[in-house]
Amino acid sequence: MNEILEILSENAKATPGEIATLLGRPEEEVARKIKELEDSGVIRKYITLINWERLQESYVFAVIELKVALQRKTGYDAVAERIARFSEVESVRLISGDHDLSVTVRGRSMKEVAYFVAEKIAPLEGVQSTCTHFILKSYKEHGVILTERPRVQRLVVTP
Amino acid sequence: MKMLLKNIPGWNADAHLSRVVRGMPPSGIRKFFDLVSEMDGAISLGVGEPDFVTPWHIREACIFSLESGNTHYTSNRGMPELRACICEQIKKDMGLDYDPDEEILITTGVSEAVDLAFRATLNPGDEVLVHEPCYVAYTPDVILAGGSPRPVSTKLSTEFKVRPEDISPVITDKTRALLLSYPNNPTGAIMTRQDLEDLADLVVENDLLVISDEVYAQLSYTENHASFAQLEGMQERTVILNGLSKSHAMTGWRIGYAMGDPAILGAMTKIHQYTMLCAPVMAQVAALEALAKGAEEMENMKHEYNLRRRLFVSGLNRIGLSCFEPRGAFYAFPSIQSSGLSSDEFSEQLLREEKVAVVPGNVFGPSGEGFLRCSYATSREELIEALDRMETFLSSLSKR
Repeated sequence: MNEILEILSENAKATPGEIATLLGRPEEEVARKIKELEDSGVIRKYITLINWERLQESYVFAVIELKVALQRKTGYDAVAERIARFSEVESVRLISGDHDLSVTVRGRSMKEVAYFVAEKIAPLEGVQSTCTHFILKSYKEHGVILTERPRVQRLVVTP
Repeated sequence: MKMLLKNIPGWNADAHLSRVVRGMPPSGIRKFFDLVSEMDGAISLGVGEPDFVTPWHIREACIFSLESGNTHYTSNRGMPELRACICEQIKKDMGLDYDPDEEILITTGVSEAVDLAFRATLNPGDEVLVHEPCYVAYTPDVILAGGSPRPVSTKLSTEFKVRPEDISPVITDKTRALLLSYPNNPTGAIMTRQDLEDLADLVVENDLLVISDEVYAQLSYTENHASFAQLEGMQERTVILNGLSKSHAMTGWRIGYAMGDPAILGAMTKIHQYTMLCAPVMAQVAALEALAKGAEEMENMKHEYNLRRRLFVSGLNRIGLSCFEPRGAFYAFPSIQSSGLSSDEFSEQLLREEKVAVVPGNVFGPSGEGFLRCSYATSREELIEALDRMETFLSSLSKR
């Protein structure tokens, strides 16, 4: 099960047939297990890792740290789930340390992101403070180094 | 400059060469290297080293050590911490006890260890059993040490293993040592504990030393690696040679080691101290980091090789190059008998027509004729592309 997930986590396009060859198992078995993983919600979605910085017209990303007043019964969940519903929001995480929630936001411009935070996030009930950090350059995402330099070549034939 | 020297009357450099070296043929791999080098867009399955770069934490430890000014000689035998760490590891992995002070030597790559083992143990005319197809250095190393290599052919039908019936006809009263190199380059064959047990009686009867190159030991996919030294009473008779090149993707660092009887290790150390002094300190530091903290990265690389192994071997069989299951190292050794071509012809035509580089099996000894060595230490994408090109080549052959 985990071997299949490891392969898919690296390459969402790997087909059941390809995975079956790599693992030396029947294709039907692999296809069945993937279906089970999808049905049970272990596999949530197959997405593409894009290096937006390579494009002329790119997005602006920001990490917003929030302090949140704990609410009776619902804890942080009510605020976090409210924030998660905005389509501008890419991720919402409860974190330890100085702040409570870490939110990633995607926008077309710094202004757009700043206004979004000011108008939609900061006024929410329970949000005590926000601190917006714009991402200036991304070096590594999802385990992939985006700034890799060309590799040193091996000798073409060696004993 | 060369021309000038040639013009000096009475100067003949060839006359100054050692007869042994002059008589030694150059490695058969060289020709292929030149052919592939001048070709654009070739996929090379001819590389005998990992495609992974040494894990970052290992490189980083070396950089830190250099920044701290750790640039001096180490003890001849190698850094005491590194020796202790290897001995601990061997105890844990193989259940063997070695004294870090007297029974281990850190060498500049396993290549040096192979050379030292032969030079420390052979007298002129002593014979060494060298199974083939095999890595290209053993035979020349035996000759350079003044010994006489006796080839032992291994066969596909017996999974390229060395069996007692293969070596007993070759043994004479001059036979002093048996070289074992498993998991094997170029075949990917392994020897199980039982296979090794089968050789033990012959080894004892003929009082042979076993020199066991186990550089691919950590890359055994179907079972734990077995060493001749693990057999009862055989540890003293065995010199284990190993290193970090293949297991930790550290070929360029040149770190190997030898372990065995203190008298033999002492003799090897004597040569080492006069010819090498010590292995490079920065590489020793990196090796210590690799062994102490690199287990997980090593497992990850091994796991990836195993995926590629299944992908590539099943692919070879699918396109009609029958290939026995390689259970160690990172080589597949398919038979090309069905093509009607020799190993050299097949490899050269495949390279020229489809730009896939493999190494003809006969480079590794006459019994490698009819086979190809294909390294799967290359990306899955390249392996799939190489299989496609090989399939195209095979179908063009059948239409001729």
